[in-house]
Amino acid sequence: MIAFLVKRLFHALLVMFVISIIAFAIQDNLGDPIQQMVGQSVPESERAELREELGLNDPFLVQYARFAINAAQFDFGYSYVFNQPTTEVIARHLPATLELVAAATFLIITLSVPIGVYSAIKPRAWLSRFFMGISIVGISIPVFLTAIMLIQLFAIGVSWTPFPVDTAWGSWLNDLISTEGGMPAYGRGNPVPVFGTWETNFASLEGLTYLVLPAVSLASIMLPLFIRLIRAEMLEVMQSDYVKFARAKGISMRRIYFLHALKNTMLPVITVGGVQIGTLVAYTILTETVFQWPGMGLMFLDAIERSDIPLIVTYLMIVGLIFVITNTIVDLIYGLVNPTVKLTGKPA
Amino acid sequence: MALLEVNHLDVRFALRLGEVHALRDVNFTLERGERLGIVGESGAGKSVAAFSLLNLIAKPGFIAGGEVRFDGKQLNSMSERALRKVRGNRISMIFQDPMMTLNPVLSIGEQMLECLKAHRRISSKEARAIALDKLRQVQIPSPETRLDQYPHELSGGMRQRIIIAIALLLDPDIIIADEPTTALDVTIQAEIMALLLELCEKYNVGLILITHDLGVVSQVTQRMLVMYAGRVIEQGPTREIINDPQHPYTQGLINALPQMATPGEKLNQIRGSMPSLSNLPSGCAFHPRCDFIKRADGTQRPACTQQVPEFVTSGNCKVACHMVAELLDKEANDEARLKETNP
Repeated sequence: MIAFLVKRLFHALLVMFVISIIAFAIQDNLGDPIQQMVGQSVPESERAELREELGLNDPFLVQYARFAINAAQFDFGYSYVFNQPTTEVIARHLPATLELVAAATFLIITLSVPIGVYSAIKPRAWLSRFFMGISIVGISIPVFLTAIMLIQLFAIGVSWTPFPVDTAWGSWLNDLISTEGGMPAYGRGNPVPVFGTWETNFASLEGLTYLVLPAVSLASIMLPLFIRLIRAEMLEVMQSDYVKFARAKGISMRRIYFLHALKNTMLPVITVGGVQIGTLVAYTILTETVFQWPGMGLMFLDAIERSDIPLIVTYLMIVGLIFVITNTIVDLIYGLVNPTVKLTGKPA
Repeated sequence: MALLEVNHLDVRFALRLGEVHALRDVNFTLERGERLGIVGESGAGKSVAAFSLLNLIAKPGFIAGGEVRFDGKQLNSMSERALRKVRGNRISMIFQDPMMTLNPVLSIGEQMLECLKAHRRISSKEARAIALDKLRQVQIPSPETRLDQYPHELSGGMRQRIIIAIALLLDPDIIIADEPTTALDVTIQAEIMALLLELCEKYNVGLILITHDLGVVSQVTQRMLVMYAGRVIEQGPTREIINDPQHPYTQGLINALPQMATPGEKLNQIRGSMPSLSNLPSGCAFHPRCDFIKRADGTQRPACTQQVPEFVTSGNCKVACHMVAELLDKEANDEARLKETNP
């Protein structure tokens, strides 16, 4: 177990090294920091002096080394716009993003497993076909469009709905959709402070309602993918000899579905899932922009607009770090589920 | 009444292109402790026959007619719940490929205990004791450690032993073994077969052995069925069939054994290949490959290409072949004439 962790840690450092080179290359080549700092009126001689003072004339490697040493201590310099250490700016925006991703992940896991398993067990049922059809639609619609549709339907409201008013289910759906000013769709509301810069939306009902629409639209990209992945894997596993053998042993179908088959189904799903959940962090840029969710994604777009290069670089490094951490955790979980993977690091 | 009775079993697959007849009119019985062999080429319907006994054929396959009677009860009309009590408990199965039969993510212990617990109300401790006892009987070294191991930690031969142990867990009346040694190393095949045989004899378990190894069938079984294109074409006592096969296909199979060929010569073979079940030849399904559709005098026997052969009784065997039927008729006529001429 420890050997495995050490090995993974080494991989993680390697990945972070590569990311840091890319991030630094961006910093080194994007715009002129002096220009950003002092503006138009300062004469050229002073600029040259400042450039020398800040070490911007040093060779690339020297500058990179300085950057890397600072980065290792979580010091990425000051944001031009906020005039604060970039790490502080990130720390202020990180909780919002992480909570959004956590909510979306929760939705994806709790919905994709039952739906995927159901549509594999009963592939011909009309409900399965319905889920498959919906999931194709879900995959095809870009996230910002989903988000805007959600806002139109649930936050703003529409004047006309296709559901009949004279039936119970119809009027229930109509109420859900056309109530004016229904769901909140702008910002985080009033999140409850937990500690430091961490404010949470999970602690109050109001906070949760603010989370619903952004989380649903963020989940809408990955959910269909996971449903289809789980269904396809499960269908394949159900054809396997060990499932037939389990049936020949007289084991109940429930145990076969949810132990024998599901455990094998989840192996590839965990692998893909790990990568995809990392990707969700990146996808938040779109969702956060549409919903003005004050997270890292929104902050990143802002930073690009204002050429806040240190902040851009910090964002890249932090997102890279999150990616590496989630992948390591997923590898650990995979090792726990799959007995053919030894976590000891010794060859089997 | 026999322990297991199969009457006119008929299995079909509902495919998009129409129904495919995978099994037609299969009849046999199995007594307690008896050993029955089912042989035939790949695609003859052996495995379908094995799986349909416990109503385990995968969709779109279904039992379209006939009955499977076990211990007086009709299995094919039982509810899934009632059938589950028979599966693994009174009739258990052994599959072909031990590498694929055990679930890779569950420990050997889990896979053994769940079977016991599905059929008996016993504590984990008791179940463990039974599992250990069975593992010892299949001669697995240090069974205690095996229970906590996973399939990938064991060799193919070892896994097949464990599968045999699982099949024996609940002291079944019948074991259906679908090519139990085909996927194993040749050196281990004999060992596993001997073990299976020994245990079946010891506990008086009926064995249905599905294989294409005629050698094994001749050594192990008392009676056998030869299948071709979803039909039984010859059945009877193993010794009689092996020593004096009547059906041209059975003759061909026995002739194709390597030990039947002259050293240095090519091995014998049956020309052509098994027809697809969805496109069977008219009349006798074997006629395109048969060397006997012409009589000894060179005239054509029209029935071979026009009529599906009925079973005729020859000695203790039943054979479905027009040529054999004709020969038997002729013998009977000759005898009758002999009696008429010299009373």
